[in-house]
This record gives sequence, structure tokens and C-alpha cells, in this order.
Amino acid sequence: MNTQLRRREYMRLLSLAPVEELENFLSGLDELPTWKLLRGPESGLVMVRGRISGEGPLFNVGEALVTRCVVTLPGDACGCGYVLGESPRHAELAALCDALWQQEAYAGLFDRELKPRLEGVLRERERLAAEEAAPTKVDFFTLVRGEDK
Amino acid sequence: MYVAVKGGEKAIDAAHAQLRRERRGRLDVPELTTEQIASQLKLSVDRVMTEASLYCPSLAALTVKQAMGDLQEAVFLLRAYRTTLPRFGSSEPVDTSSMRVSRRISATWKDLPGGQILGSTFDYTHRLLDRSLAGEGESTLPPAPDKGEGICVKGLPRAMSALGTEGLLEAVPEASSDTAADLTRRPLVLPADGPEDRPVRLQTLARADEGFLLGMAYSTQRGFGAVHPFTGELRRGFVELVITPEELDFPIVAGEIEMTECDTVSRYTGTAMPPCLTRGYGLVFGNNERKAISMSIVDRALRAKELKEPETGPAQNPEFVLLHGDNVDASGFVQHIKLPHYVDFQAELSLIRELRAAKQEDSPARGERSC
Repeated sequence: MNTQLRRREYMRLLSLAPVEELENFLSGLDELPTWKLLRGPESGLVMVRGRISGEGPLFNVGEALVTRCVVTLPGDACGCGYVLGESPRHAELAALCDALWQQEAYAGLFDRELKPRLEGVLRERERLAAEEAAPTKVDFFTLVRGEDK
Repeated sequence: MYVAVKGGEKAIDAAHAQLRRERRGRLDVPELTTEQIASQLKLSVDRVMTEASLYCPSLAALTVKQAMGDLQEAVFLLRAYRTTLPRFGSSEPVDTSSMRVSRRISATWKDLPGGQILGSTFDYTHRLLDRSLAGEGESTLPPAPDKGEGICVKGLPRAMSALGTEGLLEAVPEASSDTAADLTRRPLVLPADGPEDRPVRLQTLARADEGFLLGMAYSTQRGFGAVHPFTGELRRGFVELVITPEELDFPIVAGEIEMTECDTVSRYTGTAMPPCLTRGYGLVFGNNERKAISMSIVDRALRAKELKEPETGPAQNPEFVLLHGDNVDASGFVQHIKLPHYVDFQAELSLIRELRAAKQEDSPARGERSC
């Protein structure tokens, strides 16, 4: 898989997973390189756009509040984090994980341990939601009315 | 003309102090947390986010608390906070077709592909008081469903596609541009009644007051306008927010937001097209069905000019609908009349006195009755 696709995939996991998962994983690692904040964490707006009837012309629905952060590691590697809501810690740790994940020294470990852990959390969240929805799946019957006979 | 007054600081401070005490309520009752509001008064939070036009459940919950449950005041607070933030950019269009749905129904097709999923809903409840919520008797929370076979809740086909293939349904307009007019950057330009204005109309409707839109939608159903809507599909669930940040040259997922989407179809009664079904569209933040349905009906009504329909109701008039639905604007203008207007009113009084005096001088003999 090319690097960009791979990075997109794990940045998605880092944003969608709860911050505690990142916190727990990072605290279990031996000494981390010192990172510097290059930008933020700071909150701002993203205009959420939709399409008419889901597939037509674009329109602006409203804005979402996001927090972003960019960190650097010694050697100038950069990591970037964007998360939904006012979550400076989450944005910073997502950026840090992004930076580390690009390092050869960490990539293997992150692929082996962090990736399946985050995927598991998201899968579980989706499974629970699907289980809640399942019994509410409905089949309505239309009744034959007298005049139709 | 509004002329400012001076003074009153002490009384105003005291009034605000009293407000804070009243907001806290009885001290022997535990204080509400914003987490409680976000999770247990979620529909209030969702409404505030939609009308403030800012998706952020935690801050919306804070505004509901700060506004003592006055949702329009909460919308104002969140809208005001929004103006302090920089904009990082625009998202890729949200892909509602691949929404992870928690509810998805159609009132037009019984057996729509992917099935009907009721999810949580007030529909079909009997609207009887549940006294157990007031702590009377034992409150029983229904158990979570058994671990069973999950159902597919992602990438469900759009119900409307089925009709499109038969040609009974008008086609979705082509997407011709990768930008859309933005009301927050450039004020609305009237008459805003062409098909090219539909995006900015939809943005205006998405942030409009739910009650106002509901009334407008209702008026078309009662006959002030030509919309005879059916709910083609209503879905609620989570979509991924995808942005291309300025630091990167590729799109990334920043999170998941909850949205409600409504596609309505209505019989076409104009003359510009052969008999067919036309479409209206609603898309709002959070769980907000009444708003999404109303939005789609009013969207459809506002296409009267484009579809060459008789314009008989206020809901078909873009200026009327688009300029009066924003509750921050409306509430500000309506409520400002309770602020001191002493100078204006004095001017009004002296004007009336002068007019009366002038009139008496003109026709002293007629002995007009004074009122």
C-alpha cells in the first residue's frame, strides 16, 4: 500500500478512537522522543458541506468545531492531528502518533499493536450500534381494504 | 433610531447576579452537569447545534445550561462564540449514502432495499406520562438487545434511486461547481428564486428556526402553496467528516458527525414538466427529524419559480422565508424593543402632539372627536 493511503488510514483511526486509547498506548511505551509543538493545539471551524439530494450540487450545511495540532520530532519529522470538538489533548496525541508512525523505529510496533487496538475499538462501537438497531428492523404489512375486494 | 442610555451599571450587575442564582436553582438539588445535558437532553443539544450552525455537542450542552434551557438564547450564545474562531477550511461533501445509520425509514416504499430500521423514535408512542421518570415507582430500563446477528447499517442504497430509473422522479440537478455560496461570507442576494440559488437557500434553511420552518412546511400542506409531500427516505446516523488540511495535500477523516437527512417527494402540479414527482431535501446536524422534514418541504416549496408553479403561499416566497427564519436575527430585532427607547418614544410623542395641533388648526370648526 502506498505511504499516503496508509497514513490516511491510520490518521482516520487516530481521530475516531477515544483519546484514552492513545494515552494508554503511549504511556505503555518506553521513552518517547521529545516532541515540539509547531502549531496549536488550537480550535477552529470546518464548514461541513453536503450535496442536494445526497448526490447533486454542493451546499454548506453548517460548521463543525475541530481541534488541530502539528508536532515535530528531532530530525524534523512532522505529525498532524485533526479531531472533532474541543479536544487539545486528543489533537496533540494524534499528531504525535502520526509523527511516530512515520518513523521506521516505530512503524512496525504501531502497525502490530496500535492499529488492531484502534480498529477493535471502532469495530466494537459499530457492532453495539448495529445490535441496538437490529431488533427495530420492521416489516409493515399493508391491509386489504373492503373496497379492494 | 436607537439612542443609547447611560448608567444603570449597578442594577444591571445585580440583575445578572440574580440570574446566576436563579440558574443554579434550589441548592438542595444537585447541580446539572454539561455531560448530563449532552447525554440526557440530547435533542435540545442537537437543536442548538443545528440552529447555531456549529456542530459541537459539549459546547452546545454548556449553552443550554447557561441559557437555563432557553434554546434560542443557547443558539445565540453558540453563534456568538462561533464568530471568535478561525475557519480552517471546508469539508469534502459528506457522503450520506454511506452513512452508518441508526434509523432509516421510508413512508413510500414498504420493502425498500436494505430494510426499514426504526431505531429510537417517539413515533408510535402513546404520549402517556411515564411517572417512573419522576422517581415514582421503580424505573425499569429495558435491557440492551441480545448479542445476535447484527444487521447491515452502512452503505444502504438510497430509496429514491428506485423511482429514478422509471423516470417518474425528477433527476437530481448536476453538480456543476466545486464551491457553494456561503451565507456567512456573503449576505443573501435576493430574489434567490432560481435553481442556482438552491444551495444558499438550503444553507439558510439548515440554520433556520425549527418552529418557523415547521410552520412554513405546515402551511404548504394546508394549502398555502403546492407541496403534497411524502417522505421518500428519512435517515439518521453518522457520517465521516473529511477535510484536506492545509498542512497536507490529501484528505483525512477528522471525526464522525451525527446527521439527519430527509428526501421528500411530491406530486408536480405545474406546467413546466410532464406529470412526475419532484424532490425536496433536508440535511441537519444531530437527531432532528422534525427540522429535516420541514426543511425538505420548504426547500421544495421555494422552487416554485423554477418549476413554474402558481405562487400562492408565503412558503413559496424566498424573501419571506429566507429573511425571517433566523432566530438570532429575529429574536434580536423583536426583543430589542424592550431595551430603553426613551428618546425615540419622546420624539414619537412630540410628533403626535404636533400632528394633532396642526390638524386642529386646519379644521377647528369641524369639532373632530379626539381619541
